[in-house]
Amino acid sequence: MSVDAALLAEIVLRAVCVLAAFLTLPLLVGQTEHKVMAHMQGRLGPMYAGGFHGWAQLVADGVKFLQKEDIVPARADAQVFRLAPAVALVPYLVALAVIPLSPDWVAADVDAGLLFVLAASAVAVLGTLMAGWSSANKYALLGSMRAAAQLLAYELPLVLAAASVAMAAGTLSLTGIGEAWQWWWLVWQFPALVVFVVAGLAEVQRPPFDMPIAESELVAGPYTEYTGLRFALFLLSEYAGVVVLSALTAVLFLGAWQGPFAEVLGPVWTLLKTGLVAVLVIWLRVAWPRLREDQLQRLAWAGLVPIALAQLALTAVVVVLQT
Amino acid sequence: MEGLENYLVVAAVITAGVLLFAGGMGAARALRPRVPSAEKVLTYESGVDPVGHGWAQSQIRYYLYAFLYLIFAVDAVYLFPWVTVVAQLGWATIAEMGVFIGIIAVGLIHAIRRGVLRWT
Repeated sequence: MSVDAALLAEIVLRAVCVLAAFLTLPLLVGQTEHKVMAHMQGRLGPMYAGGFHGWAQLVADGVKFLQKEDIVPARADAQVFRLAPAVALVPYLVALAVIPLSPDWVAADVDAGLLFVLAASAVAVLGTLMAGWSSANKYALLGSMRAAAQLLAYELPLVLAAASVAMAAGTLSLTGIGEAWQWWWLVWQFPALVVFVVAGLAEVQRPPFDMPIAESELVAGPYTEYTGLRFALFLLSEYAGVVVLSALTAVLFLGAWQGPFAEVLGPVWTLLKTGLVAVLVIWLRVAWPRLREDQLQRLAWAGLVPIALAQLALTAVVVVLQT
Repeated sequence: MEGLENYLVVAAVITAGVLLFAGGMGAARALRPRVPSAEKVLTYESGVDPVGHGWAQSQIRYYLYAFLYLIFAVDAVYLFPWVTVVAQLGWATIAEMGVFIGIIAVGLIHAIRRGVLRWT
């Protein structure tokens, strides 16, 4: 009986740690985005709010969202409409649980971690679709159709690029891939790395792939009718998506915890590499214009998919040559 | 933590996520105002009165992409078990992969040549 209690305590402790990481990392990315964008675009709020380097901007945003009235449109499918933010958010929390910071620092070291994390984060897309359909709003419907088309298109190169690195490592376990990584994979797997980051960016619908929520034509796409905390949760899920994408990129392609003094500093290395990818994601948002819908589809089908297939072939040949 | 115990952690994390959502919405309910009005719950159409219904029929040009996706989707599932055993199977499996990629590449090239990916 006491063994069971210890097990239960450990499970709860691990879940609480994941929850803590989930509540801090996306906000860190959000704050970094505020600061980076403020410097690049001359935005005032994140520079001055609260006095010390605009620290209060994010807090003010949070307080504002929490105090706004919660409106469900009369024509909307109320239950689906209310549930959609949770469906968009929780999958990223689950995905975060299986991503290792180092072989010892992982909440749930599931066997086929790569497959699990791809499957879990794919569920988040349903939240966007539920929001778009249940709103009974033309903007929202158009936005969610765009989202569906975009996510279909970019799911594929994402999966192919991830499969390439799994083949290189010979395992689907995330800790196994991190262990197997060697520095020259940076060259060998470089096309897969580029495909993965670009496709991942499209999966979380960040600019330049924010056609579904294009504010200049669709108001806010699937999120048009949302207010207050429910809208904030969609925002949070976007940043959680960035965190999952960055952490996965770090683990799969950048060697995660490998670096000087990896025994002690392993988790720090993973976090640093994750942060590096996250800053790149923010930078791309500021620097690139939005792609039109057909350009976006063309990039996926005529660009990323062929590159990913070629990378898969290259990886297979090198793997067989090595044995 | 061994084997299936890891999935208990996953279950606990899912529970934590649901509790987070419920707790957040509960806190917001306590803090936010509630002043309902008929205008407020109108469908938003840039400030003018909504025309027709949001669930209207519209031309979905994206269905072609769904077909394209079907070329690959099922294959991608079978890819994952395969990637872990490439090293053992050797050159024979490389030849098979060539046939596999060749066939789906023909499908993709066909779609591109038909002009499916260009609207202008």
